[in-house]
Amino acid sequence: MKPAPFEYHSPTSLEQALEIKAQYGDDAKLLAGGQSLVPAMNFRIVQPGMLIDLNRVNELSYIHEEKNTLRIGAMTRERHLEFDSSIAKRTPLLHEAAPFIAHPQIRNRGTIGGSIVNADPAAELPVLMLALDARLKAQNKSGERWIKAEDFFVGMFTTALEPDEILVEIELPFMRPRTGWSFMEIAPRAGDYALMGVAALVTLNENGRCDSAKLVYLNAGDGPVDAKETAKSLEGNLLGDALIESAAVTAGEKEINPFGNVHTSPEFQRHLAKVLTKNALKQSMRRAEENKQ
Amino acid sequence: MNQSFPTTITVNEKEYKREVEPRLLLSDFLRHELGLTGTHVGCEHGVCGACTILFDGESMRSCLIFAVQADGHAITTVEGLAKDKDDLHPIQQAFWEAHGLQCGYCTPGILMTLIPFLKQNPNPTEDDIRHALSGNLCRCTGYQHIVDAVKLASEKMK
Ligand SMILES: Cc1cc2nc3c(=O)[nH]c(=O)nc-3n(C[C@H](O)[C@H](O)[C@H](O)COP(=O)(O)OP(=O)(O)OC[C@H]3O[C@@H](n4cnc5c(N)ncnc54)[C@H](O)[C@@H]3O)c2cc1C
Ligand code: FES
Ligand code: FES
Repeated sequence: MKPAPFEYHSPTSLEQALEIKAQYGDDAKLLAGGQSLVPAMNFRIVQPGMLIDLNRVNELSYIHEEKNTLRIGAMTRERHLEFDSSIAKRTPLLHEAAPFIAHPQIRNRGTIGGSIVNADPAAELPVLMLALDARLKAQNKSGERWIKAEDFFVGMFTTALEPDEILVEIELPFMRPRTGWSFMEIAPRAGDYALMGVAALVTLNENGRCDSAKLVYLNAGDGPVDAKETAKSLEGNLLGDALIESAAVTAGEKEINPFGNVHTSPEFQRHLAKVLTKNALKQSMRRAEENKQ
Repeated sequence: MNQSFPTTITVNEKEYKREVEPRLLLSDFLRHELGLTGTHVGCEHGVCGACTILFDGESMRSCLIFAVQADGHAITTVEGLAKDKDDLHPIQQAFWEAHGLQCGYCTPGILMTLIPFLKQNPNPTEDDIRHALSGNLCRCTGYQHIVDAVKLASEKMK
Protein backbone atom coordinates (compact mmCIF):
# COMPACT_ATOMS: atom_id res chain seq x y z
CA MET A 1 0.00 0.00 0.00
CA LYS A 2 0.95 3.65 -0.21
CA PRO A 3 1.06 6.24 2.57
CA ALA A 4 -1.76 8.76 2.99
CA PRO A 5 -0.93 12.35 1.94
CA PHE A 6 0.96 14.54 4.39
CA GLU A 7 2.56 17.96 4.54
CA TYR A 8 6.34 17.77 4.35
CA HIS A 9 8.99 19.94 6.00
CA SER A 10 12.70 19.47 5.62
CA PRO A 11 14.48 21.83 8.03
CA THR A 12 18.24 22.20 7.73
CA SER A 13 18.88 23.19 11.35
CA LEU A 14 17.76 21.96 14.76
CA GLU A 15 16.42 25.42 15.50
CA GLN A 16 14.07 25.30 12.51
CA ALA A 17 12.97 21.76 13.41
CA LEU A 18 12.17 22.82 17.00
CA GLU A 19 10.24 25.82 15.72
CA ILE A 20 7.97 23.66 13.55
CA LYS A 21 7.59 21.08 16.34
CA ALA A 22 6.57 23.84 18.79
CA GLN A 23 3.93 25.04 16.37
CA TYR A 24 2.35 21.68 15.51
CA GLY A 25 3.18 19.35 18.46
CA ASP A 26 1.77 15.84 18.07
CA ASP A 27 0.32 16.52 14.60
CA ALA A 28 3.86 16.70 13.26
CA LYS A 29 5.80 13.41 13.28
CA LEU A 30 9.57 13.47 13.14
CA LEU A 31 11.05 11.41 10.32
CA ALA A 32 14.48 9.99 11.20
CA GLY A 33 15.62 6.85 9.35
CA GLY A 34 12.02 5.97 8.57
CA GLN A 35 12.73 2.28 9.09
CA SER A 36 9.88 1.96 11.60
CA LEU A 37 7.75 4.97 10.67
CA VAL A 38 7.55 4.47 6.88
CA PRO A 39 6.44 0.79 7.06
CA ALA A 40 3.68 1.90 9.46
CA MET A 41 2.72 4.71 7.03
CA ASN A 42 2.78 2.38 4.02
CA PHE A 43 0.30 0.16 5.85
CA ARG A 44 -1.65 3.23 6.93
CA ILE A 45 -1.38 2.11 10.55
CA VAL A 46 -0.32 5.71 11.10
CA GLN A 47 -1.36 8.66 8.95
CA PRO A 48 0.47 11.72 10.25
CA GLY A 49 -0.76 15.03 8.87
CA MET A 50 2.76 16.37 8.73
CA LEU A 51 6.33 15.05 8.65
CA ILE A 52 9.38 16.95 9.84
CA ASP A 53 12.29 15.25 8.12
CA LEU A 54 15.47 15.39 10.23
CA ASN A 55 17.73 13.93 7.53
CA ARG A 56 19.07 17.35 6.49
CA VAL A 57 19.78 18.43 10.06
CA ASN A 58 23.46 17.50 9.84
CA GLU A 59 24.30 18.88 13.28
CA LEU A 60 22.51 15.87 14.84
CA SER A 61 24.89 13.32 13.39
CA TYR A 62 28.17 12.80 15.31
CA ILE A 63 30.05 10.54 17.71
CA HIS A 64 32.64 12.16 19.94
CA GLU A 65 34.45 11.74 23.22
CA GLU A 66 34.40 14.36 25.95
CA LYS A 67 36.09 13.78 29.32
CA ASN A 68 34.69 10.45 30.50
CA THR A 69 31.67 10.33 28.24
CA LEU A 70 30.76 9.48 24.71
CA ARG A 71 28.30 11.79 22.98
CA ILE A 72 26.23 10.50 20.10
CA GLY A 73 23.91 12.66 17.99
CA ALA A 74 20.38 11.32 17.64
CA MET A 75 20.58 11.15 13.83
CA THR A 76 23.72 8.97 13.83
CA ARG A 77 22.98 5.92 11.68
CA GLU A 78 22.85 2.56 13.44
CA ARG A 79 25.49 1.32 11.00
CA HIS A 80 28.08 3.75 12.42
CA LEU A 81 27.75 2.25 15.89
CA GLU A 82 29.22 -0.89 14.41
CA PHE A 83 32.36 0.67 12.91
CA ASP A 84 33.23 3.67 15.08
CA SER A 85 36.51 3.20 16.96
CA SER A 86 35.49 5.32 19.98
CA ILE A 87 32.44 3.16 20.51
CA ALA A 88 34.48 -0.04 20.19
CA LYS A 89 36.94 1.24 22.77
CA ARG A 90 34.72 3.11 25.24
CA THR A 91 31.47 1.13 25.15
CA PRO A 92 32.36 -2.27 23.72
CA LEU A 93 28.92 -3.58 24.69
CA LEU A 94 27.29 -1.21 22.19
CA HIS A 95 29.86 -2.09 19.52
CA GLU A 96 29.21 -5.79 19.95
CA ALA A 97 25.41 -5.50 20.02
CA ALA A 98 24.98 -3.15 17.00
CA PRO A 99 25.19 -5.87 14.31
CA PHE A 100 22.21 -7.62 15.92
CA ILE A 101 19.96 -4.67 14.99
CA ALA A 102 18.11 -5.59 11.79
CA HIS A 103 20.05 -6.00 8.50
CA PRO A 104 22.87 -3.83 7.08
CA GLN A 105 20.47 -2.20 4.60
CA ILE A 106 18.25 -1.12 7.50
CA ARG A 107 21.15 -0.01 9.72
CA ASN A 108 22.50 2.14 6.86
CA ARG A 109 19.39 4.31 7.18
CA GLY A 110 17.97 3.71 10.69
CA THR A 111 19.19 6.01 13.47
CA ILE A 112 20.08 5.55 17.12
CA GLY A 113 17.59 8.26 18.13
CA GLY A 114 14.76 6.78 16.07
CA SER A 115 15.15 3.35 17.59
CA ILE A 116 15.31 4.74 21.13
CA VAL A 117 12.21 6.90 20.70
CA ASN A 118 10.38 4.06 18.96
CA ALA A 119 10.77 2.16 22.29
CA ASP A 120 9.98 -1.27 20.89
CA PRO A 121 10.37 -3.78 23.76
CA ALA A 122 12.01 -6.19 21.28
CA ALA A 123 14.59 -3.65 20.07
CA GLU A 124 18.24 -3.75 21.08
CA LEU A 125 19.00 -0.05 21.59
CA PRO A 126 16.55 0.70 24.44
CA VAL A 127 17.99 -2.30 26.34
CA LEU A 128 21.52 -1.06 25.69
CA MET A 129 20.64 2.44 26.89
CA LEU A 130 19.52 1.01 30.25
CA ALA A 131 22.49 -1.31 30.51
CA LEU A 132 24.95 1.50 29.71
CA ASP A 133 23.36 4.05 32.11
CA ALA A 134 22.69 6.45 29.26
CA ARG A 135 21.38 9.96 29.70
CA LEU A 136 19.19 11.28 26.92
CA LYS A 137 18.98 14.94 26.00
CA ALA A 138 15.57 16.22 24.97
CA GLN A 139 15.17 19.69 23.55
CA ASN A 140 12.24 21.95 22.77
CA LYS A 141 12.07 25.56 21.64
CA SER A 142 12.51 26.93 25.14
CA GLY A 143 15.28 24.70 26.46
CA GLU A 144 16.72 21.27 27.10
CA ARG A 145 16.56 18.60 29.78
CA TRP A 146 18.41 15.37 30.48
CA ILE A 147 16.45 12.19 31.09
CA LYS A 148 17.99 9.04 32.55
CA ALA A 149 17.38 5.94 30.44
CA GLU A 150 15.55 4.29 33.35
CA ASP A 151 13.04 7.18 33.38
CA PHE A 152 12.82 7.47 29.60
CA PHE A 153 11.07 4.20 28.71
CA VAL A 154 7.62 4.38 30.26
CA GLY A 155 5.84 1.54 28.44
CA MET A 156 5.22 -0.27 25.19
CA PHE A 157 6.30 2.11 22.38
CA THR A 158 6.02 4.99 24.88
CA THR A 159 8.66 7.37 26.21
CA ALA A 160 8.88 10.35 28.55
CA LEU A 161 9.28 12.81 25.63
CA GLU A 162 6.75 15.64 25.43
CA PRO A 163 4.99 16.35 22.09
CA ASP A 164 7.17 19.40 21.41
CA GLU A 165 10.47 17.70 22.27
CA ILE A 166 13.14 16.20 20.03
CA LEU A 167 15.70 13.69 21.26
CA VAL A 168 18.99 15.30 20.28
CA GLU A 169 21.84 13.51 22.05
CA ILE A 170 22.76 10.31 23.84
CA GLU A 171 25.41 10.46 26.56
CA LEU A 172 27.18 7.27 27.61
CA PRO A 173 29.76 6.98 30.40
CA PHE A 174 32.94 5.11 29.41
CA MET A 175 32.99 1.52 30.56
CA ARG A 176 34.68 1.20 33.96
CA PRO A 177 37.96 -0.72 34.44
CA ARG A 178 37.73 -4.39 35.53
CA THR A 179 34.44 -4.60 33.67
CA GLY A 180 33.31 -7.28 31.27
CA TRP A 181 30.36 -7.23 28.89
CA SER A 182 28.18 -9.56 26.91
CA PHE A 183 25.32 -9.27 24.46
CA MET A 184 23.41 -12.39 23.46
CA GLU A 185 20.12 -12.97 21.70
CA ILE A 186 18.22 -15.75 19.97
CA ALA A 187 16.43 -14.82 16.75
CA PRO A 188 14.79 -17.04 14.12
CA ARG A 189 17.12 -15.57 11.45
CA ALA A 190 20.02 -13.13 11.58
CA GLY A 191 18.57 -9.61 11.63
CA ASP A 192 15.08 -10.58 12.79
CA TYR A 193 13.69 -9.28 16.06
CA ALA A 194 14.90 -11.67 18.76
CA LEU A 195 12.73 -14.05 20.81
CA MET A 196 14.82 -13.17 23.86
CA GLY A 197 18.04 -11.29 24.47
CA VAL A 198 20.21 -9.94 27.26
CA ALA A 199 22.82 -7.23 27.72
CA ALA A 200 25.16 -7.87 30.66
CA LEU A 201 27.90 -5.92 32.41
CA VAL A 202 29.96 -7.21 35.35
CA THR A 203 32.52 -5.16 37.30
CA LEU A 204 34.89 -7.04 39.61
CA ASN A 205 36.69 -5.59 42.63
CA GLU A 206 40.39 -6.16 43.44
CA ASN A 207 39.58 -9.45 45.13
CA GLY A 208 37.78 -10.81 42.08
CA ARG A 209 34.36 -10.46 43.67
CA CYS A 210 31.47 -8.88 41.86
CA ASP A 211 31.41 -5.16 42.59
CA SER A 212 28.36 -4.43 40.47
CA ALA A 213 26.36 -6.13 37.76
CA LYS A 214 23.71 -5.22 35.26
CA LEU A 215 21.37 -7.48 33.31
CA VAL A 216 18.79 -5.99 30.93
CA TYR A 217 16.44 -8.08 28.77
CA LEU A 218 14.68 -7.51 25.46
CA ASN A 219 11.29 -8.88 24.47
CA ALA A 220 10.77 -9.64 28.14
CA GLY A 221 7.99 -7.21 29.09
CA ASP A 222 6.45 -3.92 27.99
CA GLY A 223 9.85 -2.24 27.71
CA PRO A 224 13.50 -3.04 28.37
CA VAL A 225 13.55 -5.09 31.60
CA ASP A 226 16.29 -4.29 34.12
CA ALA A 227 16.71 -7.34 36.42
CA LYS A 228 17.75 -5.39 39.50
CA GLU A 229 17.12 -8.10 42.07
CA THR A 230 19.24 -10.57 40.12
CA ALA A 231 22.05 -8.03 39.80
CA LYS A 232 21.87 -7.29 43.53
CA SER A 233 22.19 -11.01 44.36
CA LEU A 234 25.59 -11.05 42.63
CA GLU A 235 27.12 -8.02 44.33
CA GLY A 236 29.87 -8.67 46.87
CA ASN A 237 30.10 -12.32 45.87
CA LEU A 238 32.40 -14.58 43.92
CA LEU A 239 30.55 -15.58 40.76
CA GLY A 240 30.62 -19.34 41.12
CA ASP A 241 28.47 -21.78 39.17
CA ALA A 242 25.84 -22.15 41.90
CA LEU A 243 25.34 -18.40 42.22
CA ILE A 244 25.13 -17.95 38.45
CA GLU A 245 22.60 -20.78 38.28
CA SER A 246 20.37 -19.18 40.92
CA ALA A 247 20.72 -15.75 39.29
CA ALA A 248 19.49 -17.26 36.02
CA VAL A 249 16.45 -18.69 37.82
CA THR A 250 15.62 -15.38 39.53
CA ALA A 251 15.89 -13.45 36.28
CA GLY A 252 14.08 -16.00 34.11
CA GLU A 253 11.27 -16.86 36.51
CA LYS A 254 10.73 -13.76 38.61
CA GLU A 255 12.00 -10.62 37.02
CA ILE A 256 11.01 -10.86 33.38
CA ASN A 257 7.44 -10.90 32.12
CA PRO A 258 7.48 -12.11 28.50
CA PHE A 259 4.21 -12.29 26.52
CA GLY A 260 5.09 -14.80 23.79
CA ASN A 261 4.27 -14.29 20.10
CA VAL A 262 3.71 -16.37 16.97
CA HIS A 263 7.27 -17.70 17.16
CA THR A 264 7.45 -18.55 20.85
CA SER A 265 5.57 -19.22 24.07
CA PRO A 266 6.33 -17.25 27.24
CA GLU A 267 7.65 -20.48 28.81
CA PHE A 268 10.20 -20.88 26.03
CA GLN A 269 11.22 -17.23 26.40
CA ARG A 270 11.82 -17.83 30.12
CA HIS A 271 13.89 -20.88 29.28
CA LEU A 272 15.98 -18.86 26.79
CA ALA A 273 16.43 -16.08 29.36
CA LYS A 274 17.91 -18.54 31.85
CA VAL A 275 20.33 -20.04 29.35
CA LEU A 276 21.37 -16.61 28.03
CA THR A 277 21.81 -15.23 31.57
CA LYS A 278 24.25 -17.99 32.47
CA ASN A 279 26.24 -17.66 29.26
CA ALA A 280 26.29 -13.87 29.36
CA LEU A 281 27.43 -13.76 33.00
CA LYS A 282 30.23 -16.22 32.31
CA GLN A 283 31.43 -14.29 29.27
CA SER A 284 31.25 -10.96 31.14
CA MET A 285 33.19 -12.39 34.06
CA ARG A 286 35.93 -13.75 31.80
CA ARG A 287 36.25 -10.42 30.06
CA ALA A 288 36.28 -8.49 33.36
CA GLU A 289 39.23 -10.62 34.47
CA GLU A 290 41.08 -9.81 31.23
CA ASN A 291 40.23 -6.14 31.53
CA LYS A 292 42.09 -5.26 34.75
CA GLN A 293 43.66 -1.94 33.77
CA MET B 1 -2.43 20.03 0.89
CA ASN B 2 -1.35 18.74 -2.53
CA GLN B 3 2.22 19.90 -2.11
CA SER B 4 4.79 19.08 -4.70
CA PHE B 5 8.53 19.64 -4.62
CA PRO B 6 11.01 20.16 -7.43
CA THR B 7 13.41 17.26 -6.97
CA THR B 8 16.69 16.47 -8.68
CA ILE B 9 18.02 12.96 -8.35
CA THR B 10 21.02 11.40 -10.05
CA VAL B 11 20.15 7.85 -11.01
CA ASN B 12 22.84 5.66 -12.55
CA GLU B 13 24.91 8.77 -13.22
CA LYS B 14 22.13 10.55 -15.11
CA GLU B 15 20.38 13.57 -13.60
CA TYR B 16 16.56 13.62 -13.49
CA LYS B 17 14.39 16.60 -12.48
CA ARG B 18 10.78 16.00 -11.50
CA GLU B 19 8.03 17.57 -9.40
CA VAL B 20 7.10 15.04 -6.71
CA GLU B 21 4.38 14.71 -4.14
CA PRO B 22 6.04 14.09 -0.73
CA ARG B 23 4.34 10.73 -0.21
CA LEU B 24 5.82 9.24 -3.40
CA LEU B 25 8.15 6.40 -2.42
CA LEU B 26 11.59 6.28 -4.03
CA SER B 27 10.77 2.77 -5.31
CA ASP B 28 7.71 4.13 -7.14
CA PHE B 29 9.65 7.14 -8.40
CA LEU B 30 12.20 4.81 -10.00
CA ARG B 31 9.58 2.48 -11.47
CA HIS B 32 6.73 4.81 -12.44
CA GLU B 33 8.38 8.17 -13.06
CA LEU B 34 11.61 6.94 -14.64
CA GLY B 35 10.44 3.56 -15.99
CA LEU B 36 13.35 1.80 -14.29
CA THR B 37 11.42 -1.34 -13.42
CA GLY B 38 14.48 -3.37 -12.46
CA THR B 39 13.96 -2.29 -8.85
CA HIS B 40 11.28 -4.68 -7.61
CA VAL B 41 8.64 -4.18 -4.94
CA GLY B 42 7.64 -7.11 -2.77
CA CYS B 43 6.37 -5.95 0.59
CA GLU B 44 6.75 -2.18 1.06
CA HIS B 45 7.69 -2.61 4.69
CA GLY B 46 11.41 -3.25 4.53
CA VAL B 47 11.33 -7.02 5.00
CA CYS B 48 11.82 -8.64 1.59
CA GLY B 49 14.76 -6.64 0.22
CA ALA B 50 13.56 -6.73 -3.41
CA CYS B 51 13.66 -2.91 -3.61
CA THR B 52 17.25 -2.54 -2.35
CA ILE B 53 19.18 0.21 -4.18
CA LEU B 54 22.38 2.14 -3.48
CA PHE B 55 21.88 5.55 -1.90
CA ASP B 56 25.16 7.46 -2.11
CA GLY B 57 26.86 4.07 -2.44
CA GLU B 58 25.18 2.36 0.53
CA SER B 59 22.53 -0.33 0.25
CA MET B 60 19.09 0.78 1.45
CA ARG B 61 15.40 -0.02 1.00
CA SER B 62 13.90 2.24 -1.66
CA CYS B 63 10.39 1.45 -0.31
CA LEU B 64 11.25 3.15 3.00
CA ILE B 65 12.58 6.42 1.54
CA PHE B 66 10.45 9.17 0.02
CA ALA B 67 11.62 10.36 -3.40
CA VAL B 68 11.78 13.94 -2.11
CA GLN B 69 14.37 12.80 0.44
CA ALA B 70 16.69 11.72 -2.39
CA ASP B 71 16.87 15.29 -3.75
CA GLY B 72 20.55 16.02 -4.39
CA HIS B 73 21.61 12.40 -3.81
CA ALA B 74 23.00 9.70 -6.10
CA ILE B 75 21.06 6.47 -6.58
CA THR B 76 22.28 3.31 -8.29
CA THR B 77 19.78 0.69 -9.43
CA VAL B 78 20.34 -2.70 -11.02
CA GLU B 79 20.12 -1.01 -14.45
CA GLY B 80 23.32 0.83 -13.56
CA LEU B 81 25.40 -2.34 -13.23
CA ALA B 82 25.89 -3.23 -16.89
CA LYS B 83 25.79 -1.33 -20.18
CA ASP B 84 24.23 -4.29 -22.04
CA LYS B 85 23.65 -8.00 -21.70
CA ASP B 86 26.95 -8.97 -23.27
CA ASP B 87 28.91 -6.90 -20.79
CA LEU B 88 27.57 -7.95 -17.39
CA HIS B 89 28.98 -6.93 -14.04
CA PRO B 90 31.10 -9.81 -12.62
CA ILE B 91 28.46 -10.38 -9.91
CA GLN B 92 25.73 -10.66 -12.56
CA GLN B 93 27.93 -12.96 -14.65
CA ALA B 94 28.49 -15.17 -11.61
CA PHE B 95 24.74 -15.37 -10.94
CA TRP B 96 24.25 -16.45 -14.55
CA GLU B 97 26.96 -19.09 -14.43
CA ALA B 98 26.12 -20.50 -10.98
CA HIS B 99 22.31 -20.46 -11.50
CA GLY B 100 21.89 -17.90 -8.73
CA LEU B 101 18.31 -17.15 -9.78
CA GLN B 102 15.11 -18.83 -10.85
CA CYS B 103 12.19 -16.41 -11.23
CA GLY B 104 14.50 -13.45 -10.68
CA TYR B 105 12.15 -11.44 -8.50
CA CYS B 106 14.64 -11.15 -5.63
CA THR B 107 17.72 -10.80 -7.85
CA PRO B 108 18.00 -7.01 -8.31
CA GLY B 109 17.78 -6.43 -4.56
CA ILE B 110 20.32 -9.15 -3.89
CA LEU B 111 22.75 -7.76 -6.47
CA MET B 112 22.49 -4.27 -4.97
CA THR B 113 23.10 -5.72 -1.49
CA LEU B 114 26.18 -7.55 -2.73
CA ILE B 115 27.91 -4.64 -4.48
CA PRO B 116 28.96 -2.87 -1.24
CA PHE B 117 29.24 -6.19 0.62
CA LEU B 118 31.89 -7.59 -1.73
CA LYS B 119 33.70 -4.27 -1.78
CA GLN B 120 33.99 -4.39 2.04
CA ASN B 121 34.53 -8.17 2.21
CA PRO B 122 36.52 -9.29 -0.83
CA ASN B 123 37.12 -12.77 0.66
CA PRO B 124 33.87 -13.68 2.41
CA THR B 125 33.32 -16.99 4.16
CA GLU B 126 30.09 -18.92 3.58
CA ASP B 127 28.91 -17.63 6.97
CA ASP B 128 29.62 -14.02 6.00
CA ILE B 129 27.70 -14.53 2.75
CA ARG B 130 24.64 -16.05 4.42
CA HIS B 131 24.67 -13.27 6.99
CA ALA B 132 24.86 -10.62 4.26
CA LEU B 133 21.89 -12.24 2.47
CA SER B 134 19.73 -12.41 5.61
CA GLY B 135 17.93 -9.20 4.63
CA ASN B 136 16.84 -10.51 1.22
CA LEU B 137 14.10 -13.11 0.78
CA CYS B 138 14.19 -15.59 -2.10
CA ARG B 139 11.21 -17.90 -2.48
CA CYS B 140 12.70 -20.02 -5.29
CA THR B 141 16.30 -21.04 -4.94
CA GLY B 142 16.71 -22.17 -1.34
CA TYR B 143 19.72 -19.81 -1.36
CA GLN B 144 22.36 -22.50 -2.06
CA HIS B 145 22.97 -21.40 -5.66
CA ILE B 146 22.97 -17.77 -4.56
CA VAL B 147 25.71 -18.53 -2.04
CA ASP B 148 27.64 -20.38 -4.78
CA ALA B 149 27.22 -17.38 -7.09
CA VAL B 150 28.60 -15.00 -4.48
CA LYS B 151 31.64 -17.23 -3.96
CA LEU B 152 32.19 -17.34 -7.72
CA ALA B 153 31.78 -13.55 -7.94
CA SER B 154 34.37 -12.98 -5.24
CA GLU B 155 36.81 -15.21 -7.22
CA LYS B 156 36.09 -13.31 -10.44
CA MET B 157 36.65 -9.95 -8.78
CA LYS B 158 40.08 -10.78 -7.35
C1 LIG C 1 12.99 -5.37 8.18
C2 LIG C 1 13.30 -4.63 9.46
C3 LIG C 1 13.88 -5.30 10.51
C4 LIG C 1 14.17 -4.64 11.70
N1 LIG C 1 14.77 -5.34 12.70
C5 LIG C 1 15.10 -4.71 13.85
C6 LIG C 1 15.74 -5.39 14.91
O1 LIG C 1 16.04 -6.58 14.82
N2 LIG C 1 16.01 -4.69 16.04
C7 LIG C 1 15.70 -3.36 16.16
O2 LIG C 1 15.97 -2.78 17.20
N3 LIG C 1 15.12 -2.69 15.18
C8 LIG C 1 14.81 -3.33 14.01
N4 LIG C 1 14.21 -2.61 13.02
C9 LIG C 1 13.88 -1.18 13.24
C10 LIG C 1 15.07 -0.29 12.93
O3 LIG C 1 16.11 -0.46 13.87
C11 LIG C 1 14.64 1.16 12.92
O4 LIG C 1 15.63 1.85 12.25
C12 LIG C 1 14.46 1.86 14.22
O5 LIG C 1 13.63 1.18 15.12
C13 LIG C 1 13.82 3.23 14.04
O6 LIG C 1 14.79 4.14 13.72
P1 LIG C 1 14.57 5.16 12.55
O7 LIG C 1 15.69 6.12 12.61
O8 LIG C 1 14.33 4.46 11.30
O9 LIG C 1 13.26 5.94 13.07
P2 LIG C 1 11.91 6.35 12.35
O10 LIG C 1 11.23 5.19 11.79
O11 LIG C 1 12.16 7.52 11.45
O12 LIG C 1 11.11 6.92 13.63
C14 LIG C 1 10.62 6.06 14.64
C15 LIG C 1 9.81 6.88 15.64
O13 LIG C 1 10.64 7.73 16.43
C16 LIG C 1 10.31 9.11 16.26
N5 LIG C 1 11.60 9.82 16.24
C17 LIG C 1 12.65 9.53 15.44
N6 LIG C 1 13.71 10.30 15.75
C18 LIG C 1 13.33 11.09 16.78
C19 LIG C 1 14.01 12.08 17.57
N7 LIG C 1 15.30 12.41 17.35
N8 LIG C 1 13.31 12.70 18.56
C20 LIG C 1 12.02 12.37 18.80
N9 LIG C 1 11.34 11.44 18.09
C21 LIG C 1 11.99 10.80 17.11
C22 LIG C 1 9.54 9.18 14.97
O14 LIG C 1 8.67 10.27 14.96
C23 LIG C 1 8.81 7.84 14.98
O15 LIG C 1 7.67 7.92 15.78
C24 LIG C 1 13.89 -3.25 11.83
C25 LIG C 1 13.30 -2.56 10.77
C26 LIG C 1 12.99 -3.23 9.59
C27 LIG C 1 12.35 -2.47 8.47
S1 FES D 1 9.62 -3.85 -1.11
FE1 FES D 1 11.12 -2.82 0.03
S2 FES D 1 11.82 -4.34 1.33
FE2 FES D 1 10.15 -5.35 0.38
S1 FES E 1 14.68 -16.40 -7.71
FE1 FES E 1 12.54 -16.30 -7.36
S2 FES E 1 12.48 -15.19 -5.51
FE2 FES E 1 14.56 -15.52 -5.73
